[in-house]
Amino acid sequence: MNILITALIVSGINALLALLLVIAERFLANYGTCKITINEKEKLDVEGGRSLLASLKEEKIFLPSACGGRGTCAYCKCQISDGAGPVLPTEEALLTAEEIQDQTRLACQVKVKSNLDISIPEELFNIKEFKAKVDRLQDLTYDIKLLRLQLLQPSQINFISGQYVQLESQPYEKVKESVSRAYSIASSNSKKTHIDLMIRLVPEGICTTWVHNYLKEGDELIFTGPMGDFRIHDGVGEIIMVAGGSGMAPMVSLLHELTRNQSKRKITYFFGAVARRDLFYLDEMKDFKRSLSNFTFIPALSKPLPEDNWKGVGGLITVPLENYMKEIKADDAQIYICGSPGLINACGQVLKKHDVTEDRIYFDPFA
Amino acid sequence: MEHLSPWVIFFAAIFTGNILLTYFLGMCSFLSVSKQIKTAVGLGLAVTFVLTVTSALNYFIYYQILKPFHIDYIRYIVFIGVIAATVQLLEMFIERYSEPLYINLGIFLPLITVNCAILGVSLFMIIRKYNFIQSVLFGAGSGLGWFLAILAMAGIRERMKEDKVPSALQGPGITLIIAGIMAMAFIGFSGIVQIQ
Repeated sequence: MNILITALIVSGINALLALLLVIAERFLANYGTCKITINEKEKLDVEGGRSLLASLKEEKIFLPSACGGRGTCAYCKCQISDGAGPVLPTEEALLTAEEIQDQTRLACQVKVKSNLDISIPEELFNIKEFKAKVDRLQDLTYDIKLLRLQLLQPSQINFISGQYVQLESQPYEKVKESVSRAYSIASSNSKKTHIDLMIRLVPEGICTTWVHNYLKEGDELIFTGPMGDFRIHDGVGEIIMVAGGSGMAPMVSLLHELTRNQSKRKITYFFGAVARRDLFYLDEMKDFKRSLSNFTFIPALSKPLPEDNWKGVGGLITVPLENYMKEIKADDAQIYICGSPGLINACGQVLKKHDVTEDRIYFDPFA
Repeated sequence: MEHLSPWVIFFAAIFTGNILLTYFLGMCSFLSVSKQIKTAVGLGLAVTFVLTVTSALNYFIYYQILKPFHIDYIRYIVFIGVIAATVQLLEMFIERYSEPLYINLGIFLPLITVNCAILGVSLFMIIRKYNFIQSVLFGAGSGLGWFLAILAMAGIRERMKEDKVPSALQGPGITLIIAGIMAMAFIGFSGIVQIQ
């Protein structure tokens, strides 16, 4: 009997506390409806309490976010002139002092708590959400797959060669959430009904594990895009490309455009890999050599296996790059690099040593 | 213990019977959050708030509900429940009104719930048979004493930021040594008034 009374009283006290918390939440965590004004013309009414990035996404305005809102890529920068609150430590880590002075904030970190006045680049309004079907899923190497998507709704996409899309993964097994990850479009932009993506399996990667192990041909998925400002820049100087593994994706798209425009520029593509099993698209590269007036594909293996019988260039990709930079006159050359921050840094050092100014180096970094 | 003035208890809780430096309760957040003065102030105020509110609530619940029904043995569970609810309330409040502080405190805000100083104060006030005013001032004083200790530690650590500490002692090692020296310094206060 005593135990019953104890249980009842303790439950009663806990119930009262729970009630108190529910009431408090209604007042404290409830931000009501907030008005977001974009570029002084678009006005949106959103439910407060979520990040600006998520709230805009609900309203079909897609800010680029290679990391899917985790606060690591800094792609979601926008100007917030009113209503953003103090700068958060997670933002300070990724914004420069000038940017903060300029009212630049990270949309994935700023929470919508009151009315906001924001400015975003006009071209972001072109970004749409696409429903697509997996047309082909094939192995390029032991850890890279080619994902060909057929667009369903909308059925066509207009993009600039070099741009990327954000793929939405779907829950599988223990993964209950859907994440958004960026992949460059590897196909020609003259093909508007299908796009190719190159996806490398990242150990413990949520999205890449889903693509490699759970996605099947015929499955439908969602992606947003196109985004990004990595593209071919006009000029007469030669073009030097550096990218290994899945970094080849935007380069393929650029090469298609250069072929279509019958560019006479000299193009050299340095492809860095570890061993022969990392090489792929060799036939496609031969095709480009035939159709472009002056294209050379230079793969370099840093640790070829004995059975690879590798007679080509050896070492990390910075080695042939450095040797090449020593030979040529690089006054008007343009360098296009796609890869990890480590690769970009290493190449940057090599280029700086050879007096290549920053305005002629274009990066597409992995998030 | 009705003969003790509540203000004597308040004073003693800050200096001579400092919950952190004399009784060594509430050490983990003390060691982790004492790197920056700004964050230490935020956490110190949060702990003071929780201590004052929970000592009042727990006093009320113990003497008005638990004791009359002869279920005072369940106080450990009930006190923790009240502390958890208070901390949740505080979290919501801080998240709304000071998001930078909320992010700076990180996991240490919800960890206030299992800070042994909080439960310790509630249990002490029962053991020492304080009345309501004495309990509330004991809670507030303990909070301020904890605040004082973490503030002093943060000040010392910020001052020491540029100094060369032997690599084996960096981080928790040197912090514990500093805490020990601070505790010895506080022993100097003990002659002022003896509560226990």
